[in-house]
Amino acid sequence: MMENSRTRRSEFAITFFIKAAGYSSILLVTAIFIFLMKEGLPALGDVDLKTLFGSRWYPIEGYFGIWPLILGSLLVTVGAALVAIPLGVGTAVYISEVAPAWIKEILKPLIEILAGLPSVVLGFLGITVAVPLLRRLLDLPTGLTAFTGAVMLGLISIPTIVSIGEDALNTVPQSYRQAALALGATRWQTIWGVTLPAARSGVITAIMLGIGRALGETMAVMMVTGNAPVLPIQWNALFMPVRTMTATIASEMGEVATGSAHYHVLFFIGIVLFLLSLIVNIFASFVSSKQRRRAERVLS
Amino acid sequence: MTKRTLILLLIGLMLLLAGCRGDSGTSGQASVSLQNKGSDTMVNLALAWAERYQAEHPEASISVTGGGSGTGLSALLNGTVDIANASRAIKDEELEQAQAAGFTPGEYVVARDAIAVIVNPENPVKELTLAQISAIYRCEITNWSQVGGEDRPIVRLSRETNSGTHVYFLEEVIRLGDKTNTDIFCAETLLMPSSEGIIAEVADNPNAIGYDGLGYVTEDVKMLALSENPAGPFILPSVENVNAGTYPIARDLYMYTRTDTPDGLVKAYLEWVFSAEAQKIVSDLGFVPVEAAP
Repeated sequence: MMENSRTRRSEFAITFFIKAAGYSSILLVTAIFIFLMKEGLPALGDVDLKTLFGSRWYPIEGYFGIWPLILGSLLVTVGAALVAIPLGVGTAVYISEVAPAWIKEILKPLIEILAGLPSVVLGFLGITVAVPLLRRLLDLPTGLTAFTGAVMLGLISIPTIVSIGEDALNTVPQSYRQAALALGATRWQTIWGVTLPAARSGVITAIMLGIGRALGETMAVMMVTGNAPVLPIQWNALFMPVRTMTATIASEMGEVATGSAHYHVLFFIGIVLFLLSLIVNIFASFVSSKQRRRAERVLS
Repeated sequence: MTKRTLILLLIGLMLLLAGCRGDSGTSGQASVSLQNKGSDTMVNLALAWAERYQAEHPEASISVTGGGSGTGLSALLNGTVDIANASRAIKDEELEQAQAAGFTPGEYVVARDAIAVIVNPENPVKELTLAQISAIYRCEITNWSQVGGEDRPIVRLSRETNSGTHVYFLEEVIRLGDKTNTDIFCAETLLMPSSEGIIAEVADNPNAIGYDGLGYVTEDVKMLALSENPAGPFILPSVENVNAGTYPIARDLYMYTRTDTPDGLVKAYLEWVFSAEAQKIVSDLGFVPVEAAP
């Protein structure tokens, strides 16, 4: 009897705690969103739209054009995705499908260490090793370019893609692979035609989370991209310096007077960043849920 | 279950006790502390001063951080620091904010600094006029061959816009001291988050041009001799040339306090900063000492 009521009480406490933890994340996101809106939307009143969506960013003289920053972030993120997707998915496939057990035992912890590496350390490596190397190798005016940033960001997002992608591949039932091999498919045909499509939703989620990580990364990017607010529209923009939204917020937020136009515009950039990562997430969940519906149909 | 709770409680209690000790463990010695923040140009100087002062006055604790002149002054206005370091004079709007917050900042010129324009040692260019540098940073001159160098593209490096050095360079070099001029750095200028970043890139890249406080310039880069007019004379930045007033881009370095009549440690520290001993540190670090007491 006594025991029973104690169990019930602890059950209640635990349920309450878990519920509170669940709701708190909703509450936090809402609070952050409201705060961003409150601090960022006044920018539309402080700065006229033509200036805000202009092509020149030089805030201390009232040039608040955010296009170079948006395009700079997109360029670096797309570059990072091009580096990280083949390497990340490839590594995940290798670990899950090809590697013998002992290599798997070594690779998995190594990838986890790479995931735990602070980005400032990677940025430091970038500035001392990658920047001089890329300048000499590609004969560029400077090694501080969008491409250098993309490579660094690629390295940062690879561990995310590998560990989530590998989990997704592991959930594919062994019978699928056996069936494919029994039908005479080669190992590569099995991976490309059966295992990867079966794990598609998980792999796409992994890629999207990796891209989200790249989009929001600040420190490494700030150290290696040169931070020049150039509109990256030339054909060789990838090999020219750019300035990203995150680097701009990080390097300028410390200096602005609270409530000034510059302050509101920096928060407005925060809103743009928030919306972009929201789009990435919505796209990811759209793709994965669509895939699940099809898979359920096939199986039923 | 209960055992684990007990252990957790014990750990919590220990942490709490440790926290209390840290707070009240001064054991009678009247210690005083001072927060000092601001200009990255001055951070090494401010650190050296703070270390020497603390060595002589063990009861004083001075913490020094950088971040940029604007960052330091805004911290002063928000009341989170006692002394702000700035490599530029306080702006009118910052002064208004201070008055709105109910205080008049005290201003002290504690040292002087020359801005060195630097290039890679491989670069054959030795001297430039201020007008040429202005044209380079406005992207009117885009190749070193246009100023007597090799056929190489010019990569322009600058500090971020929150740096006092950036603002000074904009006003005195890009705009050549003309208040009505509204020219700015061209967008292709690389804005580096730190002085070290500029030195590192210039030391590595023969295309690069950069500028930095004289105290930051290392052996790995080459300083240019500058002149205000094409006929010369072209002057290299040095303590002697700044004191003689011949080097064209030199400026005052400031400390700002929350009141123009400081007392206690702030007053004692500022008085010490103007002593011969503290000003010796100024020249040791490559800055230019000042003589007048406040």
